[in-house]
Amino acid sequence: MAVIEAGLRESRRAQLRRKIQDNLLAYAFMAAGIACFALFSWYPLVRGVVLSFQQVNFVTDPYWVGLDNFRALFADPLFWTAWKNTIVFTGLALVFGYLVPLAIAVLLNELRHFKGFFRVAVYLPVMLPPIVVVLLFKYFYDPGNGLFNTILNGVGLPGSQWTQSSSTAMISLVLVSTWANLGGATLMYLAALQSIPGELYEAAELDGATIWQRLRHVTIPQLRFIMLVLLLMQIIATMQVFIEPFQLTGTTNPDTVTVMVLIYRYAFTVNNDFGLAAAMSVLLFVVLGAFSALYLRLTRTAE
Amino acid sequence: MTITAPSRPPLPKLADPAPARRRPRPAGDHGAGRTLISDTELRRTRGKVVYFSVLTVVTILFSLVFLFPLYWMVTGAVKEPAEFALTPPTFIPETFEPQNYALAWDRMNIARYFGNTVFYAVGGWLIQLVVDVGVAYALSKLRPIFGKLVLGLMLASLMLPAAALLIPAYLTVADVPIFGVNLLNTPWALWLPAAANAFNIYVLKRFFDQIPNDLLDSASLDGAGRLRVLWHIVLPLSRPVLGVVSIFAVIGIWKDFLWPLLVLQDTEVQTISVALSRLSNTSQVPPTEMMAGLVIASIPMIIIFLIFQRSIIGGLSAGSMKG
Repeated sequence: MAVIEAGLRESRRAQLRRKIQDNLLAYAFMAAGIACFALFSWYPLVRGVVLSFQQVNFVTDPYWVGLDNFRALFADPLFWTAWKNTIVFTGLALVFGYLVPLAIAVLLNELRHFKGFFRVAVYLPVMLPPIVVVLLFKYFYDPGNGLFNTILNGVGLPGSQWTQSSSTAMISLVLVSTWANLGGATLMYLAALQSIPGELYEAAELDGATIWQRLRHVTIPQLRFIMLVLLLMQIIATMQVFIEPFQLTGTTNPDTVTVMVLIYRYAFTVNNDFGLAAAMSVLLFVVLGAFSALYLRLTRTAE
Repeated sequence: MTITAPSRPPLPKLADPAPARRRPRPAGDHGAGRTLISDTELRRTRGKVVYFSVLTVVTILFSLVFLFPLYWMVTGAVKEPAEFALTPPTFIPETFEPQNYALAWDRMNIARYFGNTVFYAVGGWLIQLVVDVGVAYALSKLRPIFGKLVLGLMLASLMLPAAALLIPAYLTVADVPIFGVNLLNTPWALWLPAAANAFNIYVLKRFFDQIPNDLLDSASLDGAGRLRVLWHIVLPLSRPVLGVVSIFAVIGIWKDFLWPLLVLQDTEVQTISVALSRLSNTSQVPPTEMMAGLVIASIPMIIIFLIFQRSIIGGLSAGSMKG
């Protein structure tokens, strides 16, 4: 008896030793990763919130100013303009970037030829560095000898000022962004379309449903989940728009200043006011956080 | 850290990170290959006419919309500046000056920026792999206490829009707490934040989870340590997922703009994207040379895409998408 007990105790001790060893080893393996997350993700999150209540002037240490940064933001007319522009951009980007890929995907799913070509073509712009796309479109948009006006004039239409007029600047930015990004959504829709069971269409056809009725009553309902996911992804991504206004219309143009451009401007151009920029980031975070939470909830329940 | 276009993976479909790109489509009407319009409908004369006209229109439209701008860029670069400025523009270059590419490479210093970007991409890729594989392996196979908490905290960072961290992350890089070093204008400013990639860790962990523990246990009975097991069993089995993670790591770093714009302000160390933006804003580069610069900046991405099309499109359908 005593021998067995001693043996058990011995093996339990060995197990414990092994467990401790494994834990130490595991944390050794994770040390670099945890350090990177701590330094560049977790700590900045806390610091960002703290910063939004501080005045940072690089002469003295940052000091507490309470809600002053937020008050200053609300008093800045540009703050409201930036939000308005961002919402307009996101809205327009949804009209184009959300519905067009859906239409393209449904169409491509029906085509039996050149499948590889269509996929490559639609996704190629997504691969280009965004700055390349934006600078290329800068030449296309040129009101003097740009390609777009040449084409418009060629078919007898008047040219446009594109990015250089306040009435068309925003839509010009949305067009670039849509051209560059719609391939991603298109391919995700296409993947979803291919997982729709063929029997559903078959049954609908036997019941005498026309192509439009099948689209309306089979395809669209089957895509509902991915449509909702993409809607949230699109909102989160497009509300952070930066490179298009930054490069095409500049950071000082009130027609196109967006939330991200204004954050950049507060922090890195004239103002150098990191507290103000952080306060604006916190507000953006709160807005996007709501969409992120919805998104997470949606994908969780699906899992 | 991808600042400009955060990757937002829908979590559900990740179980197999690289599914086959297309399903085999059975020849008949029946079964999974069936789509909105049936083959019978297409076989009718009217169906055929409509189908082939739609196919032609879509092919032409896709070529014009998605490929023509690239053609314009490549051919614009070989025109003479005078021809480039013509109204209306010429669609087939009448002058041919391929040396514009060489001029851009030398005069705009594209060679340096291209080299910088390759260096950042390769280094960032290696560091991302080492760091993220370490975390994923420990969480999946060693199962330490608080492992779930650590994973949860890492995944929570996927909820953070990159925009929210821009300012504090910049200040952190400028003066790293505890270590007290300034990483601005060093490659580490790109590499370390990129290594904190929760999406990679999640994908890798899910893949490692599928590797049977018996396999690893029998290896340890033969006397292999945890590191040997990782190197000789887990990693070779994980080739496909490592491939997808690698491709997306390189693409992410190559395409990133806002973060390098902030942390690499010294012109000597900039990426090609940041340098092109700066040159376009400040200097009087001839447009033809600028076009050549744009083409050079795109070539690596286009080559990667043409080679790894399947994994990229497959990985995309599996869930990760750039903004």
